[in-house]
Amino acid sequence: MLTADTTIDEFRPTPIAVRKSARRTDDVREARIKTVSTKEQEDLRLVECVLLIRDTQDKGAFAELFRHFAPRVKGFLIKSGADASMAEECAQDVMATLWHKAHLFDPTRASVSTWVFTIARNRRIDMIRKQRRPEPDELTWGPEPEPDAADVMELQQESTRLVQALSELPDKQRDLIQKAYFGDLSHSEIADETGLPLGTIKSRIRLALEKLRHAMK
Amino acid sequence: MSKIKHHLNDALLMSYAAGNLPEAFSLVVATHISMCDDCRARLGAFEAVGGAMLDDVAVASEVDLDATLALIEQGPKAPIRVDMSKLGLFPSALQDYVGGDLDAVKWRAVGMGVRQAILPTSKDASVRLLHIPAGCAVPDHGHRGTELTLVLQGAFKDEFDRFGPGDLEIATEEDVHTPVAEEGVDCICLAATDAPLKFRGLVQRIAQPFLRI
Repeated sequence: MLTADTTIDEFRPTPIAVRKSARRTDDVREARIKTVSTKEQEDLRLVECVLLIRDTQDKGAFAELFRHFAPRVKGFLIKSGADASMAEECAQDVMATLWHKAHLFDPTRASVSTWVFTIARNRRIDMIRKQRRPEPDELTWGPEPEPDAADVMELQQESTRLVQALSELPDKQRDLIQKAYFGDLSHSEIADETGLPLGTIKSRIRLALEKLRHAMK
Repeated sequence: MSKIKHHLNDALLMSYAAGNLPEAFSLVVATHISMCDDCRARLGAFEAVGGAMLDDVAVASEVDLDATLALIEQGPKAPIRVDMSKLGLFPSALQDYVGGDLDAVKWRAVGMGVRQAILPTSKDASVRLLHIPAGCAVPDHGHRGTELTLVLQGAFKDEFDRFGPGDLEIATEEDVHTPVAEEGVDCICLAATDAPLKFRGLVQRIAQPFLRI
């Protein structure tokens, strides 16, 4: 997975962004081109797409995210017990929410996959389990200042490493995690200490929160 | 706010991240996380595991892009909400269930100076606000399931430890405890349980079905 990737940047040229914050879209794109891992490149491209939607309502970027996520979200919903038509309806809804909430995405705290997962999860609780979902207070960056590209890079790389680490877990443990996330395990069936390798990504997010708290003051 | 010492465990965070907790428990978790950045970061890590699961899932058939674009044109279904509860004791999730902050709570006396307000959630677990006057005890009780108690104001002590603002006590079947509110400020807690509490005194056992505690 960490082999050098020499493919040429095959994505469409990005439209020149109009807002000041778009500078960061450029930073992220630059970082993406510099990185070596294919998976990291893909993850950074996904971040770039969300920022393009946020800054320029870019439908091309949306279509790109859609091709990647919509069938996965639908698959996730079907695995969690939705029938095909409900999964289709929910998946459309999740993707539309992604468009409307693009300004709330914080790439120093989550990968796009993680963010989309949380939207899909909330939709599932709402539509399939018919329950409300109490959420913690939202913490958002004000109009200024925005997080810098280095922090975005670090978090995205850490997410890629986590995906890798999870794929290397013994089958039995991975099955258990899947069960937990597709809704087949209750909290009393999960260990109080899961032993998952989450220390580094947690520290990264903790740092991002500290910067955010500082910026909110 | 003083430093929070008692946190969520992995099982609760993972279940909340996965979206599998009963609504009553989710409310306690969301309220704690609003007060605790350590647990917010841990939740972020467990959500990242969810992101990895989504990356890994078997893809289903194509979803209709044009229908989705048409949906986007209609605008967001609900207004996109940004934190409205900067002021007040309760985080916004709790304010949603109460219909306001502390002054909007509809308390009912449950005896010995203790007051409670049951909040409306799905039936698989229940959650209530408790108001315990400074220096008073909550009756000695054990639990059939799990009980989460989050301190919002004041502090209480039981046989095991002290719990101040933001601290969360997780009690299971084996724990029988008598929380006592500290002197000073009245103690206000948010408590959820997935089974009725077992009170040990006969009078309380008889009263229990009427009080719904």
